[in-house]
Amino acid sequence: MQAVLYDGSWYGFMAAVFDVYDYRFTDVSVCPADRFNGHLFSEPHRVYTDEKKAKRVAAGLLNKISEDASAQLYRCFLSGDAAIEETLLAYIRYALSSGPSVESDFSHPAVIKVTQIAKKVWREQHRMEAFVRFQKTADGLFYAIIEPDHDVLPLIAKHFKNRYADQRWLIYDARRRYGLSHEDGGVSFIEVSFAEGSTSARDVAHVYDASEDLYQKLWKQYMTSVNIAARKNLRLQVQHMPRRYWKYMPEIGG
Amino acid sequence: MSDRILEKLSILADAAKYDVSCSSSGSKRTNEGGLGNAEGMGICHAYTEDGRCVSLLKILLTNQCVFDCAYCVSRKSNDVRRAAFTVREVVDLTINFYRRNYIEGLFLSSGIFSSPDITMERLVRIARTLRREENFHGYIHLKTIPGASDELLREAGLYADRLSVNIEMPTKESLALLAPDKKQEDVLRPMAFLNESIQASRDEARSLKTAPLFVPAGQSTQMVIGATPENDWQILKLSDGFYRKLNLKRVYYSGYVPISNDNRLPAIGTPVPMVRENRLYQADWLMRRYNFTVDELVTPADPFLDMQIDPKLQWALRNMHLFPVDINTADLETIQRIPGIGLQSARRIWEARKFRKLTWEHLKSFRIAANRARHFITLQGDGPRKDLTPLQIRSHILAGAHSKYTANHSPQLPLF
Repeated sequence: MQAVLYDGSWYGFMAAVFDVYDYRFTDVSVCPADRFNGHLFSEPHRVYTDEKKAKRVAAGLLNKISEDASAQLYRCFLSGDAAIEETLLAYIRYALSSGPSVESDFSHPAVIKVTQIAKKVWREQHRMEAFVRFQKTADGLFYAIIEPDHDVLPLIAKHFKNRYADQRWLIYDARRRYGLSHEDGGVSFIEVSFAEGSTSARDVAHVYDASEDLYQKLWKQYMTSVNIAARKNLRLQVQHMPRRYWKYMPEIGG
Repeated sequence: MSDRILEKLSILADAAKYDVSCSSSGSKRTNEGGLGNAEGMGICHAYTEDGRCVSLLKILLTNQCVFDCAYCVSRKSNDVRRAAFTVREVVDLTINFYRRNYIEGLFLSSGIFSSPDITMERLVRIARTLRREENFHGYIHLKTIPGASDELLREAGLYADRLSVNIEMPTKESLALLAPDKKQEDVLRPMAFLNESIQASRDEARSLKTAPLFVPAGQSTQMVIGATPENDWQILKLSDGFYRKLNLKRVYYSGYVPISNDNRLPAIGTPVPMVRENRLYQADWLMRRYNFTVDELVTPADPFLDMQIDPKLQWALRNMHLFPVDINTADLETIQRIPGIGLQSARRIWEARKFRKLTWEHLKSFRIAANRARHFITLQGDGPRKDLTPLQIRSHILAGAHSKYTANHSPQLPLF
C-alpha cells in the first residue's frame, strides 16, 4: 500500500490525484498529512500542491463529467468524512477510464456514494442558509457563529453575498476557526483567533447595537405566538431542526 | 414603545397562524443592489413546537374585522384583544428580521377593517414601501381582499411574489352556513382576474425582455378540513379545478383547530385532523407531480382516503393487474407509480439501468422503501408472491412499517 500525503486542501487533493496517475500508483491510500498514522513497509509519497497539476486534473475531469458532477465531488470533499479521498479517487478513476459520462451510473458503488455524500453536504449547506442568525453590533456589523458538521462556509458564500449585498456581515465557523466576511461588496475568508478558552467568539452581547435585544425579543415572541399548541409535535420539530444547531439560534437555544 | 410592539406582534401573529401557507419558493426576484432576493428554492428558517416551518413573517395588519365567519378567531363577534400595526411598524419588523436571517420575507394578511378597497390599499402601501423606499427584494406574499378593485389587485401584483385568497370551505353550502358575509364568487372572481393578468404578463415577458415581474410565484389558496362534512373526493376535485382552470401553484389544507363553542362546528377539544390533512397533501402531491388524476385516488363511490396507508399504495392495491412491474424494462412513469419508489429513486433506476441490469442491492442503495416496493416489482425474473390478496399485502406492509405510517403531521410537503 502506497501512502500519498497532501496538505488537506482541495487543490492539494487534486494535485495528489495527478501524482497517483503520474507515478502509476495502484494500491494507494491518499490522506491529509496531519491525519497520517504511518504505514509499516513503505515511505509515504508527499504531494507538492501545485496549482497547475490540480487544474489539469480538474480540466481532464470536465472532459468526462459535467460541471454539476464536478461540483458534487467538491461538495463531497468538504464533507470531511474519514477516507473520503478513497471514495473520490474511485469515482475519478471510473470517470477517467470510461467512454460515455458515468455520472448517472448510480449502480456503480462510487457514483452512488458520491451522490449521497454530496447530498448530505448540500443538505447542511441549505440548513446553514436557513439557520444562520445574525446579531447586529454597535458598529453596524452583522455577526453570526456556526458549527456545521461539514465545511460548508465556501458553499454558502454566494448565497449570503447575493442576499445581503448592502450589509456588512461576518459568519464565523467556530469549529474550524475561520470566517467569511463581507465588506464593500466583496467576500473574503478570514482567520479569526480568539485566546484559548476565551468565550469571546460567542459572547458578543456587550457590543450589541441598541436595537438588537428588542429584535431578538420580538423574534422569540413571534415564534411563541405562531405556534399552534393543539398541534404540538416536538419530534417533527427536531427532525427538521436537529438540536446540534440550536446553540446559536436565539429563539430556541442561544 | 417596545412593550406595545411586542403586544401587537403577539396578537397579530397569533391571529395569522391558522393560515398554513408559508412557502417562499417559486419566485425569481434578484437583488438589485439593495436587500434580499427570492430566487427558486424556498427556505424554512425555523420550526415551531408544532413542527411547522417558519419561512415568512406571517402577520395580520389588523385583526379588526367586520365579517363574522364562524371558523375564524378574528370574527366580529369573538371577544378577543384587537390591534393594528402601522405601515412603518410592519416595514421595520420585516427589514430587521430579514437582515438577521430570521425570515425569507413577509406574508401579510388582514381582517376586513373597513371597505375591501381601504383594506387592500393598506396592504399594497406596505408592499410598495418595502420595494420602492427600502429597496427590498425578498419574498412578499399578500392576501387578496375579496371585493377590492382591479387597479389595486394589479398594483399588488407588481410588488408581491405571491397573492392568495382563501376559498376556506369546499362547498358553497358550507361557506354560506359558516361565513354568511362571504360568497364563493367573491373569492373566485379576483382569482380569475389575477390568473388572466398573470398569463398576460407571461406572454408579455416572452416577447419583451424587460417586462416587469407580476406575481412571479403565482397564486395559492386554502381550505379548512374537518370543520364541515365534505369528503376527500369533493375536496380533491375542487383542488384539481384550481390547478387546471386557474393555474394555482398550491392549494393548502388546514385541519380545523377548534376555537369556538359554536354548535355549527366541532367542539373545543376535538382533535385536529392531522392525519387526514397529511393524506390530502400526499394525494395533492401525486396529482401535481406524478400525473395521478383525482379519480384514480378516490371515487364518488369510495370518497375517503385510507388513513392508514398512503394514497399511492391505496391506488396500487386497487390496481394489482398493473403489477408486478419489471424494474429493468418498465418506462419511467410506470416506475414512478410503484409504491415505495419516489421521483428521485425512479430517475436513478431509469438512469442506472442503462449501464447494467439492476439487482436488489442496487435498489437498496437507492434507498427505496423496500417494505412497500417488494410487493410490486420483479427483478431479473425474481418477483413477489402471487398468492397474496391486496388485503393481505396491506396488512403485511402495515406490520412491517415503523414510524412512517404513524402519520407525519407536517403541514408542509417534504422538500426533498
